[in-house]
Amino acid sequence: MSFTYIDAIQQAQLDLLRERKEVFLYGQDIGNFGGAFKATKGFIEEFPDRVLDAPISEDAMAGMAIGAAISGMRPIVEMQFADFSSIAFNQIVNQAGTHFYRTGIPVPITMRMPCGGTPGSGPFHSQMVETLYAHYPGIVVVTPATVADAYHLLKASVLLDDPVVFCEHKFLYRWLKSKSLDYDGLPLGSARITRPGKHATVVTYSAMVHEAVRAANRLAEEGWEIEVVDLRSVKPLDMDTVIASVARTGRLLALGEAFPWGGVTAAVVSRVVAEGFHLLDAPPMRLNAKDTPIPYHPDLWAVHRPTPESIVQKLRELLNL
Amino acid sequence: MSLLKSTSNELPTKQIDGELMRRTLRVMILARTLESKLSSLYKGGKIVGGVYLGTGQEAFSASLGCTLDQEKDIFAPLIRDQAGRTGFGEEIIDATRTYLGSAKGPMKGRDGNIHRGRPDRRMPAMISHLGAAVSLVAGMLVARRMQGKLDGVVGATCVGDGATSTGSFHEGLNMAAVEKLPLVVLVADNQFAYSTPRERQFACDSLVKRAAGYGVAGHEVDGTNLEACLATIQSAVRAAREGGGPQLVVGRLLRLCGHGEHDDGSYVPSDLKESELGSDCLEIGISQVVARGLASEEEITQWQMEAAEEVQNAVAISQKEAGPDPYQEDWQAVSERGMS
Repeated sequence: MSFTYIDAIQQAQLDLLRERKEVFLYGQDIGNFGGAFKATKGFIEEFPDRVLDAPISEDAMAGMAIGAAISGMRPIVEMQFADFSSIAFNQIVNQAGTHFYRTGIPVPITMRMPCGGTPGSGPFHSQMVETLYAHYPGIVVVTPATVADAYHLLKASVLLDDPVVFCEHKFLYRWLKSKSLDYDGLPLGSARITRPGKHATVVTYSAMVHEAVRAANRLAEEGWEIEVVDLRSVKPLDMDTVIASVARTGRLLALGEAFPWGGVTAAVVSRVVAEGFHLLDAPPMRLNAKDTPIPYHPDLWAVHRPTPESIVQKLRELLNL
Repeated sequence: MSLLKSTSNELPTKQIDGELMRRTLRVMILARTLESKLSSLYKGGKIVGGVYLGTGQEAFSASLGCTLDQEKDIFAPLIRDQAGRTGFGEEIIDATRTYLGSAKGPMKGRDGNIHRGRPDRRMPAMISHLGAAVSLVAGMLVARRMQGKLDGVVGATCVGDGATSTGSFHEGLNMAAVEKLPLVVLVADNQFAYSTPRERQFACDSLVKRAAGYGVAGHEVDGTNLEACLATIQSAVRAAREGGGPQLVVGRLLRLCGHGEHDDGSYVPSDLKESELGSDCLEIGISQVVARGLASEEEITQWQMEAAEEVQNAVAISQKEAGPDPYQEDWQAVSERGMS
């Protein structure tokens, strides 16, 4: 038995539907078709009243879910692609994000966002959205990198009373496999040391965790021990684990697949500088995607985002400082 | 009136329950009295932030608020629905506390003016983004359907003509139609969205024509006429309750105030103000109630005096109450309930 990342997401939803009658799924093509990525395949037969096909109306999908959530339900909305959540932006950040603060009533919705690039997907089916939603108060932003986290963090997200933007990386869907869904029990909100090391820390999340590990493995051949920290959720941001790692290594590279202006890597660097300046032996560095729309051609796409090669290069600079 | 007027059986105005009509008029009087006071307080510098009134829209709004069942229905008011809120049971002091920044108000000073609600009493707190409540109320209805509690429940929300231009309104109404939900959407076609006249807002002659495009029932009514508003809105609410799906009710009227009290509304042409659209629904409502012998002029004067006293009391209490303490505020935007 082995599970892919998308299997884990499918299984988490199925278990939630079976365990909690207040859970329902809403999204485009998720019924008989089983979803664009087959994350809901077969569900409608077992749960005909709790798996609803939506019109191509992201704003209304989010608004409907928010209304249901303040009426005792725990909806999971599948955005077909995270890129299209721009249409639902208002409902997510202004309706859901403000609700608890304004009224004291939380909004337990989970917005599943298939994000990140795959070769050939182009500018509108490849974007990372975690920075957008993390910027706004009132929203939890989860970014699983492993099969087990995809399962357990999705379950935790749905059981959390707050709105969650669940950024699932499409590149990991079928490539990433695991023999089981067992995990170390780390709760939502805690980062994980994916790979221990002592010479430099790479703080990253989502699919970039795997690229960082590849880069670390290459540098290990030269004797460098690179620590890789997987944030798992970018909001809350587990700065305790990040600072502790930087305290061990003295060097920081913040790595992300999002566009370079602002964002998670900028937040990590600024927090480390402000809270742990004395721990740093070298200026902290950032590595992100390029500041252009995400290109279609696989050869362009492959270097638009950070690669093991560009990460190794950046780490060499960092280690030589 | 349009051929698309109504697909349900409209109540003859004579059949409107006298007690309902009396109550609706009383609610209109209370809302007008409160809003006049809010305007004075604003002009006297006692209210921080905007003041947004529903002058001229009370009959349309109150008819909905008074028709809905306070015990089980859902009502998501918008900017000009003081009368609907009062009709649905919102206490006057909720309004004065929110406008005057009392920490005891439903929003505790975290939001102000018309951005208030009691979601736990099925009255969501509006956000400023127009049309956003259509899908929200639809979701509250979907939840009840899944919970087996939808029987006999109606959800309602109000917008103006401007909101019908938003994607959110379109997506929400289309989705509610697909789900065949018991949703009533009132459109107060008050001729201006802020300062933009309706001919710069949409190109059809009546917004009720859009109902056919969405596959929902459409109703059109003279929004200045209390009897007509009650008859039409009661029909729409009843049709929704009886399984007729979403109902779009367009009220033709004129906003008899600015967009907010900072706006003198000088862009409204005087011939429009002097036309029938510019009639004051409150005066018409009073004459209709008196003509039907449901209340005497003396009794209505008494209601006005009682309204003034209730508003005065609510303002006095709210003004004495402390605002939120920024040093005691927890500044927490997530509940973290369920965060292990």
